[in-house]
Amino acid sequence: MKWSRKDLLGIRELSKEEILLILDSADSFKDISRREVKKVPTLRGKTVITLFYEPSTRTRTSFEIAAKRLSADTINISASTSSHVKGETLKDTARNLESMRPDVIVIRHNMPGAPHMLSRIVDSSVINAGDGAHEHPTQALLDLFTMREKKDRIDGLNITIVGDIAHSRVARSNIFALRHFNTRITCSGPPTMIPPDMESLGVHVEYDMNRAVKDADVIMMLRIQKERGGISYIPSVKEYSTIYGLKAEHLKKAKKDVIIMHPGPMNRGVEITDEVADGPYSVILDQVENGVAVRMAILYLLTGREA
Amino acid sequence: MGEKTVSLLDKKAVDRTITRITHEILEKNKGYKDLCLIGIRTRGIYLAKRINDKIKAVEEIELPLGILDITMYRDDIFKLKLPEVKKTDIPFDLNNMTIILIDDVMHTGRTTRAAIDAIMDLGRPRKIQLAVLVDRGDRELPMHPDYAGIFYNGSPEEEVLVRLREIDGKDEVIVVRT
Amino acid sequence: MKILIKKGRVIDPKNGRDEILDILINGNIIVKIDKNIREKVDNVHVIDASGLIVAPGLIDMHVHLREPGYEYKESIRTGTMAAVKGGFTSVVCMANTDPVNDNKSVTEFIIKQAKAEGVCRVFPCGAITRGLKGEELAEIGEMYAAGIVAISDDGKSVKNSETLRKALEYAKLFHIPIISHCEDEDLSKGFVHEGKASVMSGLDAIPAIAEEIIVKRDMAIAEYVNSPLHLTHISSGGSVDAIGEMKKRYNQVTCDTCPHYFTLTDKATLSFDTNTKVNPPLRSKEDVDAMKEGLRNETIDIIATDHAPHDITSKDVEFNIATSGISGLETAFGLSLALVHEGVLSMKTLLKKFTENPAKLLKLPYGELTPGSPADIIIFNPDLEWTVDRNTFASKGKNTPFHGWNLKGRNLLTIVDGKIVYRDPVFK
Repeated sequence: MKWSRKDLLGIRELSKEEILLILDSADSFKDISRREVKKVPTLRGKTVITLFYEPSTRTRTSFEIAAKRLSADTINISASTSSHVKGETLKDTARNLESMRPDVIVIRHNMPGAPHMLSRIVDSSVINAGDGAHEHPTQALLDLFTMREKKDRIDGLNITIVGDIAHSRVARSNIFALRHFNTRITCSGPPTMIPPDMESLGVHVEYDMNRAVKDADVIMMLRIQKERGGISYIPSVKEYSTIYGLKAEHLKKAKKDVIIMHPGPMNRGVEITDEVADGPYSVILDQVENGVAVRMAILYLLTGREA
Repeated sequence: MGEKTVSLLDKKAVDRTITRITHEILEKNKGYKDLCLIGIRTRGIYLAKRINDKIKAVEEIELPLGILDITMYRDDIFKLKLPEVKKTDIPFDLNNMTIILIDDVMHTGRTTRAAIDAIMDLGRPRKIQLAVLVDRGDRELPMHPDYAGIFYNGSPEEEVLVRLREIDGKDEVIVVRT
Repeated sequence: MKILIKKGRVIDPKNGRDEILDILINGNIIVKIDKNIREKVDNVHVIDASGLIVAPGLIDMHVHLREPGYEYKESIRTGTMAAVKGGFTSVVCMANTDPVNDNKSVTEFIIKQAKAEGVCRVFPCGAITRGLKGEELAEIGEMYAAGIVAISDDGKSVKNSETLRKALEYAKLFHIPIISHCEDEDLSKGFVHEGKASVMSGLDAIPAIAEEIIVKRDMAIAEYVNSPLHLTHISSGGSVDAIGEMKKRYNQVTCDTCPHYFTLTDKATLSFDTNTKVNPPLRSKEDVDAMKEGLRNETIDIIATDHAPHDITSKDVEFNIATSGISGLETAFGLSLALVHEGVLSMKTLLKKFTENPAKLLKLPYGELTPGSPADIIIFNPDLEWTVDRNTFASKGKNTPFHGWNLKGRNLLTIVDGKIVYRDPVFK
């Protein structure tokens, strides 16, 4: 299996082989973060720009650490410091960045398709670090990596995703990735937060949270996307928490060795109780650690792709 | 233009050579104290295992054995067609150890350079020594093996292939001319 | 100066004609349509149309010429050049200019500018409400006197049902139709059709019911006040069904759709190509099929382009903030001829939706080949295969999702008011 893509824009266009290549490569890169010397010279002389139009701590830090552990130079540009606030178009920003000859541009944007537009303008590799409600491919890959690590397999798993499915790029990317495997995916959340055509993606929709978590191997909790107007889809956060907050009693209905995932940042006490978030079934911090490994693998594959 | 194949070592010769290298290692280090073996992927792993087996036969002890993947340290990584990264597995502390680094063929010395850099990021061994089955000469870096099975300085069109039964089904060293 | 078009297959839906005939034009009038017209060679320009189709010039009842105010997107000059290239000899231009065409001085400006610069006939459509704000009625009577042929707040619906009722009643005075853009504002806070594609792209979506409920409301009001209503750029199967039902009992409702609504599905938006962003949005395969069926069973009377040219900067941005619209005049006929090639429509029925039907709705004396009537004529090759290249567009708007498409059938020659205003380079 060889990697030939210039960009990682979404999971939708990836084959199963490409997904597995990333996961397998990430296996090797994970070890580096656990050494005393957490650095290899692989991407020496390469430049990675992170261009973030939305606030993010976790994802940007993860990309930055991944790049640095591979010896690449990183530059972080956020919307508040960029020309975006002065009204410069994405196209002009892209052209300006391209003139500085980066090898990779990691972009997060509040609008779907912005990374695709960027990739058409620049020769650098483009990594989508989240575009509106569309995709968040590196998150899905680290989620699959974590599932495989904890369960030794992906095939055969029952995966339940709970929350604001309509506005979740994490849910979309996970669904696009998981449908390559023999999994059963159940989406749960208030009907206002699940699009009418959701089942056309081959997932099950179960509004009743208690039924949705039954026999789950993996429960993935999402947060309410306040910045995407998520709050207007429910009467109140309190009511949402009562109906869809993940509590210890839900875990009894799931498989005995269920794992609890969350892409972060968590709203403790809203979609997840402290007891569950910090409990023995939670793999939320493993996800964060694996995120670095997966992003190292992606940076390696994109910069070293076959011309 | 057909391929011409010449045999350098047959099955028995491969075994004799590994036996000799094993004895040289023990002789030079005056025994096995603080010794460990690290095989460079891919065929170095199996050579290291065989050396370990022979040490066990003589000294009734197994040395710590590790696997090194040097892909992330290569200086030609972006000139190659994206080599697959595999795991390095060194399940012991290599600080203050004497490492016997094992590879099948030594040629330019660049693999050895990458391997030494990779090891140095993992700890601070007391010594690193290099054992190879075939030394092809034509060094591009100032490197030299401590233990070499045979020396064969062929022409640039020639490729020296080491075959080991664990992955290739049989033991032999051949030269292929294209 | 006389023009004699010889041996063409003359198709004129209005007069029920479809046979090989010659057409003689004297000045700006068609003087004779007959077999083997013989004229003295001197002072007659003879056009050999053998193997080609001769038809009335097409009428596009929905274009945006952008002048005044947005001349960087299009002008009356470039828009009408695009029109005649595409086979259109008359266009109706919408009121969302700057200033808005909601008073007679803007109407007069457009008509004057069209006479001076235009290469085809231009008929302004006035606004229903002042500034297209949906509140107070525009001076419809004064605009009518100045030359508007219809009224529309195109770009949005008249949100206030009471205001729409008044407009429908008031327009009866002038016997001009109200052209209704059907879109429920509150349900339309999105960029693409709500369906599988929007679930995949994560783009905010607009459900088909956003169009359908306004279609139904507007028809209910029109029927109640007994006034003519035309529903423009219909895109959903539900709308077609509702209109079909209404037509069974009320004969003053008509509608049109655009080539992109029977050609493209919402799948096209998955590339995030902003040229696929239109309002209403591209819909599902089922809706595309419903458009074809509606055209076939005559529920849909007219094909219009909704020609919406834009400058590059308006489209070369993120999908959410890109402006909606397709520069459609130069691809509309080629895309529509596919309906004939696919067997959905006969050539005569297709031409009827481009000529007789819009002329009847707007009471225009064009769209027909009748001796004594003005000579608006096109000659086209229905089988000519060609590739769309937006860089060769006469329109300033290069915004098309059809760039690089292979189409079958193209207009070759356009005559407006007896003058040859366009001749395709391949037609000697």
